[in-house]
Amino acid sequence: MSNPAIDVLPDPTEGPGRHGTGTHTEAILTGRGGGRGRRGGVGSSGGGKADRVKQRLTSPWATVAAIIIAFLWTVPTFGLFVASLRPAADKRDGWWTIFTQWQPTLDNYSTVLVGSSTANNNLASYFINSFVITIPGTLFPLLLALMAAYAFAWIPFRGRGTLFVLVFALQIVPLQMALIPLLQFFNGIGIGGTFPAVWIAHTIFGLPLGIFLLHNFVAQIPPELIEAARVDGASQTQIFFRIIIPLSLPAIASIAIFQFLWVWNDLLVALVFSGGTAEVAPLTAKLANMAGNFGRNEHLLPAGAFVSIIVPLIVFFALQRYFVRGLLAGSTKG
Amino acid sequence: MLSTLLYSVAAPLAAHPGLLNTARKTSFWNDLWQKFGTMFVGIAAFLAVVGLILFLADRAPKRSRDVWQLIAFVAPGLILLGIGLIYPALRTGYQAFTDGKDNFVGVDNFVWIFTSGEMLVSLLNTLIWVLCVPFFATAIGLTYAVFIDKSRGEKALKSLVFMPMAISFVGAGIIWSFMYAYRSKGFAQTGLLNQILVWIGLEPVQFLNTPPWNTFFLIVVLIWIQTGFAMVVLSASIKAIPTEQVEAARLDGASGWQVFRNVTIPGIRGSLVVVITTISIATLKVFDIVKTMTSGNNKTSVIALDMYDQAFRFGEVGHGAALALILFIMVLPVVIYNVRVMRKQREIR
Repeated sequence: MSNPAIDVLPDPTEGPGRHGTGTHTEAILTGRGGGRGRRGGVGSSGGGKADRVKQRLTSPWATVAAIIIAFLWTVPTFGLFVASLRPAADKRDGWWTIFTQWQPTLDNYSTVLVGSSTANNNLASYFINSFVITIPGTLFPLLLALMAAYAFAWIPFRGRGTLFVLVFALQIVPLQMALIPLLQFFNGIGIGGTFPAVWIAHTIFGLPLGIFLLHNFVAQIPPELIEAARVDGASQTQIFFRIIIPLSLPAIASIAIFQFLWVWNDLLVALVFSGGTAEVAPLTAKLANMAGNFGRNEHLLPAGAFVSIIVPLIVFFALQRYFVRGLLAGSTKG
Repeated sequence: MLSTLLYSVAAPLAAHPGLLNTARKTSFWNDLWQKFGTMFVGIAAFLAVVGLILFLADRAPKRSRDVWQLIAFVAPGLILLGIGLIYPALRTGYQAFTDGKDNFVGVDNFVWIFTSGEMLVSLLNTLIWVLCVPFFATAIGLTYAVFIDKSRGEKALKSLVFMPMAISFVGAGIIWSFMYAYRSKGFAQTGLLNQILVWIGLEPVQFLNTPPWNTFFLIVVLIWIQTGFAMVVLSASIKAIPTEQVEAARLDGASGWQVFRNVTIPGIRGSLVVVITTISIATLKVFDIVKTMTSGNNKTSVIALDMYDQAFRFGEVGHGAALALILFIMVLPVVIYNVRVMRKQREIR
């Protein structure tokens, strides 16, 4: 009965009269509703009652319709996966012919990854770039956001509320508004088209949401803990490393996964700040480029696309519960 | 002083061999070690700077230590936001009224947008996107969430529809380019949709080349991605409706549809608003899908793609900035509405 996608969600029923899940972000990351209330909804509490309701609510037709939707939603990805495993000679017809003739091969993968003599055309370089961009692109904003979140939550100063609202409000600024001047700035200091430029860009764009979400979580840490540490003479830095970071790990994990996927899947920031070469550009930029010449790359694109999809899919299936949490929390990013 | 600081950190990295040297041929492992080396240097530099700031703040003279510690924690983030978001956004707002070389041109850029046929098509397309995607993604996601609620295999069924959410827009664009692939009549089709048309005796169609329908075929891709998001959020919300309410309605003889209309929908209203507004915002900024699948050709372009093309491909910075400003103005009311609903819900609680 336990459904990970649901277990991690807040249970908005804990207080009567509270409607909907509009405050997902807050509830998820403050952990409110987890542990208390009826975790997992109806399903995990009284089984008998749930069974009774179940019989009355699901008609067989609804289930059939649901299975049809699930099938339609899966076929495109499945088709691309099959196509990526077919020998190049078979590309004259569709992937569904595997049901009559099926000779899977990994040749396409080795061709797109390392097959070309010029590094510029090998996806292996871009695959490396994606990691080199994504790891710092996740780490930097998280640490800076956590520091700022701690200050906003636990260090009183004048204008704190106003400043925090300002940071929150920055989420309404679309990335597009910042691209041109930021690129001019990077070019001005001579780092346009390098990894540091991409890292800094992702760090900046990840900060507003990161600060906001982590603040909501950090603010929930029991004041006694922090007071006790201060009485014992701990400095802000010590409190930050010994109390804030360890206690915030669940929130950090969710936001880290979301930020990781966001950076990995990003195209716009990559195109503008990476310069588009095999030296810096990530997979998405190269694939978008290859797709622009669809006819010529038709035989390589399925394998290429799957190389880029595989990492998010692994993260997705391995860490689905954190992914759902981070996604719900981060759904307003942009 | 600020840019000097940033430069002092970034410049050595940028000068690192292999970063700017584009013509270099390297083997895979060379490439890997070189780039991961850069990454580790970058991470180490970042941690060193942050560590140093925190360390110095801790050692500040006792009288002003509180202030220094506060600055150490808040300043790095705020400074980055200032140079990377606030200043650029204001500057873009200004550039929208220039020719891109700091010559003030009034509203010329906007006159150009609203009199250029291509831009008007983009504006119209963006409008069609933002009307279609939130509606269909939410409707299908909600239907699916209701249909699979408490059914056997709910977890697996959820994963299948939710999976596209993890795939990049570029990946999704490629997946669907293959669904829509076209070969002339008589040749074996490679796209599933055209194959189905041929199987039922119709002619193959050039899905992505025929306006105005090609825009709708692109819209399908974003619906395919966003349905999973709507489904997961709404499903969680449906499960949060007290069973007693549903049972009471049932005992009063309500049909399945009546329960859905009068119990489920009011119970999830808040979530519905959040889902619709969130998808609307994402839709207004759609860029990757169009860029990957049609590059905006055949009248499929949207505002976000034109903004990129004008600013970074054609060098028309003024036009790009004006388009960014229009995008901002289009997103603004949706975000404000979203925030207001959220705040109202917090008050209820």
